[in-house]
Amino acid sequence: MNDDQSELPSEPPDPQGPGSLDDLGARLKQARQDQDTKTGRSISDKVRAPASGFGQAFRIGTELVAALIIGVGAGYLLDQWLETTPWMMVIFFFLGAAAGILNVYRAAAQMGLAGNNSQTAPTGNTVGDAGQDNNGDRP
Amino acid sequence: MANPLHQFEITTIAPIKLGGIDASFTNAGLFMVLTVITVSLFLGLSMRRKSLVPGRWQSMAELSYEFVASMVRDNVGNEGRKYFPFVFSLFMFILFGNLIGLIPYSFTFTSHIIVTFSMAIVVFLGVTIIGIVRHKLHFFSLFLPTGVPMVMAPVLIPIEILSYLSRPVSLSIRLFANMMAGHTMMKVFAGFIIPLGIIGGWAPLAVDVALTGFEFLVAFLQAYVFTILTCLYLNDAIHLH
Repeated sequence: MNDDQSELPSEPPDPQGPGSLDDLGARLKQARQDQDTKTGRSISDKVRAPASGFGQAFRIGTELVAALIIGVGAGYLLDQWLETTPWMMVIFFFLGAAAGILNVYRAAAQMGLAGNNSQTAPTGNTVGDAGQDNNGDRP
Repeated sequence: MANPLHQFEITTIAPIKLGGIDASFTNAGLFMVLTVITVSLFLGLSMRRKSLVPGRWQSMAELSYEFVASMVRDNVGNEGRKYFPFVFSLFMFILFGNLIGLIPYSFTFTSHIIVTFSMAIVVFLGVTIIGIVRHKLHFFSLFLPTGVPMVMAPVLIPIEILSYLSRPVSLSIRLFANMMAGHTMMKVFAGFIIPLGIIGGWAPLAVDVALTGFEFLVAFLQAYVFTILTCLYLNDAIHLH
């Protein structure tokens, strides 16, 4: 994380003394661009969080389970209310399972794992890429 | 062997009764207060000397700001700017809560589902209200994707509604389960170190060292996941995918 900081002092000092803010901004931008072309990554990529395979797997799992919990819970409450035990719970179990699979599909699409789909979020690919980059860092 | 779940016990520090409701100040509350103080001190002190070329502390504060700002910008767009303070507070609160929980003998409030669920429900209700205020009744088109034959609507609408309602649940379960599982695992392995003695104790100790590193990753990752999902939900409510 300190990479950004270390690049600043390496900038050669301005011979005309401390310049204006615009000057410094321009030099910072230049330094960042040099860094990008050198490493092939942008600063914002480096700042991205590591999304580990473990994290992705866990996310998929909870998406599925959460929708099932909500489905069965809604079915149970409807049964209590309409006194139709156990039919609402049976129906909502399957609806909850469907919603869970829909959630999983959407989560996978966001991670860029589900092929070409309109659901793909703007960050989808970067999150997936970061995951692959950082898999080796995990103990 | 020490009980590995002992660390999650809530102990009352100052008993308070509010109209029959037990609103005591507990260790969970204490660590939430500590987290808020730490975040405020971290951001306040590191930005006290505002230099153009940031030092170490200022760089860390700026990095966390930039991190969340670019997350909001990338996922929500310019309309998300005004929700940045909330998203940033959420991120810093969860991150510091997770990190402070890693200090031995401290308490991890994010390992309690009621804490994570109340944060998730605030996000969920807030996002829903923002969506309804912005789009009025048109907001409910979120539950019926365009181009779907009307025959499918009676099945699809309940599925979409259940999927929408499951958001706060999955959001809270993910954070709570990650924190609780990691901390329990660490304590279980730690409980084996002394009983196995000087010969066999090294194996669980090595596992615990690895787990400690892993827990730091999880602490950061879960704060990130919670925040980025908040951004994605906010994006859904603002742009109606």
